[in-house]
Amino acid sequence: MSSFNPVQGSRFGALGVYAVLYLAFIYIPVMFLPLFSFNDSVFIAFPLTGFTLEWYRQLADSPGLLEALVNSIKLGCVVAVLATILGTFAAKAVTRYKIPGRGPVITFIMLPLVIPGIILGIALLIIANMTGLGLSLFTIGLGHLMVSTPFAMLVMVSRLEGFDKNLEEASKDLGDNPWATFWRVTFPLALPGIVASLLLSFTISFDEFILAFFLAGSETTLPIYIWGQLRFPTRLPTVLALGACILMISFVVVTFAEWYRRRGVQLKTNSGV
Amino acid sequence: MTDRVAPAPDLFAPAPRGPIAWFRRALMRSEAVSGYTLLSPTLLLLILIMALPILLLVVFSFWTQNYVDIDKTFTLANYAKFFERSAYSYLLGKSVLISGSVTLITVLLAYPMAYFIAFRVTKHKLIWLILITVPFWTSYLLRVFAWKIILGYNGVINSGLMEIGWIVEPLAFLLYNPFAVVLTLAHAWAAFAILPIYVSLEKIDRSLLEAATDLGDGRIRRFIRITLPLSMPGLIAASLLVFIPTVGDFVTPNLVGGTSGTMIGNVIQSLFGRGNNWPFGAALSIITMITITGMICLFLWGTRSFRRRVA
Repeated sequence: MSSFNPVQGSRFGALGVYAVLYLAFIYIPVMFLPLFSFNDSVFIAFPLTGFTLEWYRQLADSPGLLEALVNSIKLGCVVAVLATILGTFAAKAVTRYKIPGRGPVITFIMLPLVIPGIILGIALLIIANMTGLGLSLFTIGLGHLMVSTPFAMLVMVSRLEGFDKNLEEASKDLGDNPWATFWRVTFPLALPGIVASLLLSFTISFDEFILAFFLAGSETTLPIYIWGQLRFPTRLPTVLALGACILMISFVVVTFAEWYRRRGVQLKTNSGV
Repeated sequence: MTDRVAPAPDLFAPAPRGPIAWFRRALMRSEAVSGYTLLSPTLLLLILIMALPILLLVVFSFWTQNYVDIDKTFTLANYAKFFERSAYSYLLGKSVLISGSVTLITVLLAYPMAYFIAFRVTKHKLIWLILITVPFWTSYLLRVFAWKIILGYNGVINSGLMEIGWIVEPLAFLLYNPFAVVLTLAHAWAAFAILPIYVSLEKIDRSLLEAATDLGDGRIRRFIRITLPLSMPGLIAASLLVFIPTVGDFVTPNLVGGTSGTMIGNVIQSLFGRGNNWPFGAALSIITMITITGMICLFLWGTRSFRRRVA
């Protein structure tokens, strides 16, 4: 990349101010959730009346919450592993091999990203109903797998693109069988992408609401639980506390995943000749 | 580039026979087969849980609800119902209008930000990209919910303004209207628009900009002649990524829209819930999808003619 800087002179300038304001617009509204979760009042309003951990304490004895949490974690783990396996295979196929119909195939796999969630949700709901599959965590899992696989594939494609074929061939020439080649060459190189994909797929499933809303049976997930709680005004502070925890966890996991993934990509491009 | 040559066979060993051996050899030889073998689990899954269900949704829209049973005789009654009662097309039109405004606002707000990261940030690009991406991975439900407590009658803004004495009574017009929906959606989808625009800006060959400057173009002229047309693919992708999913959204209108902010997604959702008329809900969602596709074609045609005019 050329070091040409299209703006001579001011580097930060008005655009920089705009960028900071923009970040404020993205972040500040969400920050009210943790802020009021520590406020000593059932009403979510200024002035702040005092600091309390009461709402967090109430989380501990909320019936159904723990169950929903466990469900969400179980679901997220399964979805993350499956989506990452599928995404890695698919990414490998489109980056490593010349295949006919590459464009349409990629478009097809990316479709869940551009079809409104409500349509995916009701379509799956209908088929689950007609095949007698019924609604359960399994159907939610199918829905989540559908929307996280494209992301997993995108993450893996950006990791595997420009991946040096010669490394695998060298390993083969040196007498490794395909299995050994995979474990000794392919896997270590793909690892940052795999970790990022696992974490991001988990977060997608953990936070997903619309599909889960249509596909949930008697077992709920955390977002469904929250949705149910929103009807009760007195429960709102507890919802805020729960929301603050979820945001915190999602934020840490995703920041780590993005940092890990993008750092990997950067290292790769920097070391490239 | 030379064709990849299959590994030289051991001439003295008898060639393995049988379908499995043949399949293995074909696998080694053909890139297409290898590629599709790797793709097959994903494709199969998506056919089973996306393509087939959507086809079934189309079929469903031609059936009718008969109290608790589904009448499976082919009929256009659901579609006729949509066109007979103007309330539905009004809601669909409103949804498209709301999503269109959201898309316009989101993309306009995102462009300078993406431009900033692509052209001005040199050292800490990674940090900026992460700062932008992270909120969009976090819970959509909670981001929407945040606006409900901000805009509410006794919410953050009203109580805050009353606290500092700027208003005496809460402003009732903040929540439960289409503007609240637009604002909330624009916030919730912000990060979605930045990344595609950023990628297309980052790809622009900097020497083109240099050339334009050398040929005497000022900043604005250079932007209109080089940067903007070359970032069009990103702008288009960003618009579609925001527009398509927001048309069918029901969470935001449900939480902050009130009656005047109701969208088509709310109707579809209730038809699959309390309304219990799945076939009509299916028809409504098919009509929504067709409308979205139509809008996209119109949009792509519009941007193409714009690009041609600039070029």
